[in-house]
Amino acid sequence: MTEIDPLKAGHAARREADAPHSLVLRLPADRPLMMDAGVALAPLTIAYQTYGTLNADKTNAILVCHALTGDQHVANTHPLTGKPGWWEIMVGPGKPIDTDRYFVICSNVLGGCLGTTGPATTNPATGMPYGLDMPMVTIRDMVRAQALLVDQLGIGKLFCVIGGSMGGMQVLQWAAIYPERVFCAIPIATAPRHSSQNIAFNEVGRQAVMADPEWAGGRYFELGKSPTKGLAVARMAAHITYLSDEALHRKFGRKLQNKTAPTFSFDADFQIESYLRHQGSTFVERFDANTYLYLTRAMDYFDLAEDYDGSLARAFKDTKTRFCIVSFTSDWLFPTSASRSIVHALNANSASVSFVEIDTDKGHDAFLLDVPDMLATTSGFIESSARAFGLKEAKSA
Amino acid sequence: MTNATQYFAADSARIDLLVVKDMVAANTRVLDIGCGDGTLLRMLAEERGVDARGMELSQRGVNDCVAKGLSVIQGDADTDLADYPDDSFDYVILSQTLQATRNPRRVLEQMLRIGKRAIVSFPNFGHWSIRLQIMFAGRMPITENLPLAWYETPNIHFCTIRDFVALVDEVDAQIDRAVALDPSGAPMRVNAPWWVWNLFGEQAVFLLERRA
Repeated sequence: MTEIDPLKAGHAARREADAPHSLVLRLPADRPLMMDAGVALAPLTIAYQTYGTLNADKTNAILVCHALTGDQHVANTHPLTGKPGWWEIMVGPGKPIDTDRYFVICSNVLGGCLGTTGPATTNPATGMPYGLDMPMVTIRDMVRAQALLVDQLGIGKLFCVIGGSMGGMQVLQWAAIYPERVFCAIPIATAPRHSSQNIAFNEVGRQAVMADPEWAGGRYFELGKSPTKGLAVARMAAHITYLSDEALHRKFGRKLQNKTAPTFSFDADFQIESYLRHQGSTFVERFDANTYLYLTRAMDYFDLAEDYDGSLARAFKDTKTRFCIVSFTSDWLFPTSASRSIVHALNANSASVSFVEIDTDKGHDAFLLDVPDMLATTSGFIESSARAFGLKEAKSA
Repeated sequence: MTNATQYFAADSARIDLLVVKDMVAANTRVLDIGCGDGTLLRMLAEERGVDARGMELSQRGVNDCVAKGLSVIQGDADTDLADYPDDSFDYVILSQTLQATRNPRRVLEQMLRIGKRAIVSFPNFGHWSIRLQIMFAGRMPITENLPLAWYETPNIHFCTIRDFVALVDEVDAQIDRAVALDPSGAPMRVNAPWWVWNLFGEQAVFLLERRA
């Protein structure tokens, strides 16, 4: 495995957690966030990015919800990796989420490590990072925090809330608890609850982190340690679940890495091994291990129907929100059947819902990639929803 | 009747869709199964003020519909109608698709369950030109409206108008209106007996509801 300076990796993530390269909303101690864990969290910091311009009526706002390892840097160069934003395929001038026309907001989720309050944030009460003193975070807590930000920006109703995977869970949660604040919703490659298999994969990741002696019971920052090996293994295992067997075979097959014959050792002989090790080692440079534990747990606890007496249909009772639900044929982590259960629940409410299952071999990660049918569906839906919402056409450049 | 070219390419005028449209009351809720690119749904939404929903198998069709602002779900008539609650719609429409389903009887029953009324249009396999082709050529018929050979057609459950009328009876439904179209697409004389329609109607459109 590529050697990483654990302190350097830890410090970088640590710096972004307390002093993010982002816009920041700091709520005072007398405005706590009431969390599902029964804790009033204060002070609360929300790091976010915006793109485009909010119109005078404040009606053109689109909230993008990021996934497990995403962040608020949707469409700008990432401050830690120097790479392009994670959804530049979707967000930007002339893109489906057209920043010439819409005001796009994305905040780092509650429990995240890019500036919003999370386990890597310094706890003002102790002067040390929260670590495991951070209360357990739920998807609903994340959405409540986003709503505080939207309030602060003076926006009553969001034109659209969109996101994939864990971001899609937030979209569903928004539509369920703030239906009057969401005109249209686009949950992509997601599910109304985490399946047993999903929880199982997350548990493997968490155990990998916690088995690393450098994790030190979650107190690695104060002890000058960094559980990069455990976190890298967690990332490697999870990354496999984001891809399809077919895509892996097409991309790597059984090809060897920079060699013509196996070495008869445990070096990364195969390209797929080298690729996964690279994924693991780059991940730990930008992500905090405790955050990984908290956010995977938030996904595990997500079961929208459970909040409504076991009825998903009741979560969307009499909703006026327009939905466009997207799944991918080769996504076995958040399969089409999960999206169909959302469609089913919305149909039971006579909600306005469109659903498309896009044919691709790119697996769960397809929502992040250049999949033309996804771009066509979402841009068509957003465009027609904008007409229905009475938004004016984009100014021609 | 509305100028069909407003919605269709001149050479692919689907007169049956205009007949269907005329059966739908204004400001109602409609599900069009196999809605294609959403031509009928858009027509119903614009001219009838209908709350128009669709189901379509092809990704291309769904994309086209969503881009038009229509609420359309990718799905299969044979399997996905079961997901809708009873009486979800005022009308459930199946145009030129019944003969392509695996279980037409089940599909018709589902339509009558989730809709207060059902509208079905289909090609009549009892038309004289089809009967003649089978009788004299001894081959499966190929017509302008049914241009594919038996081994490549998606139409696996052809029926005649009289077959369909019998099925309506079997699923405990009643016929509120029926229209047969001649090969030019024009509606035939209303008071003709079934055997005339079955012989000279190339297509048929039925408005059904559950028997009281």
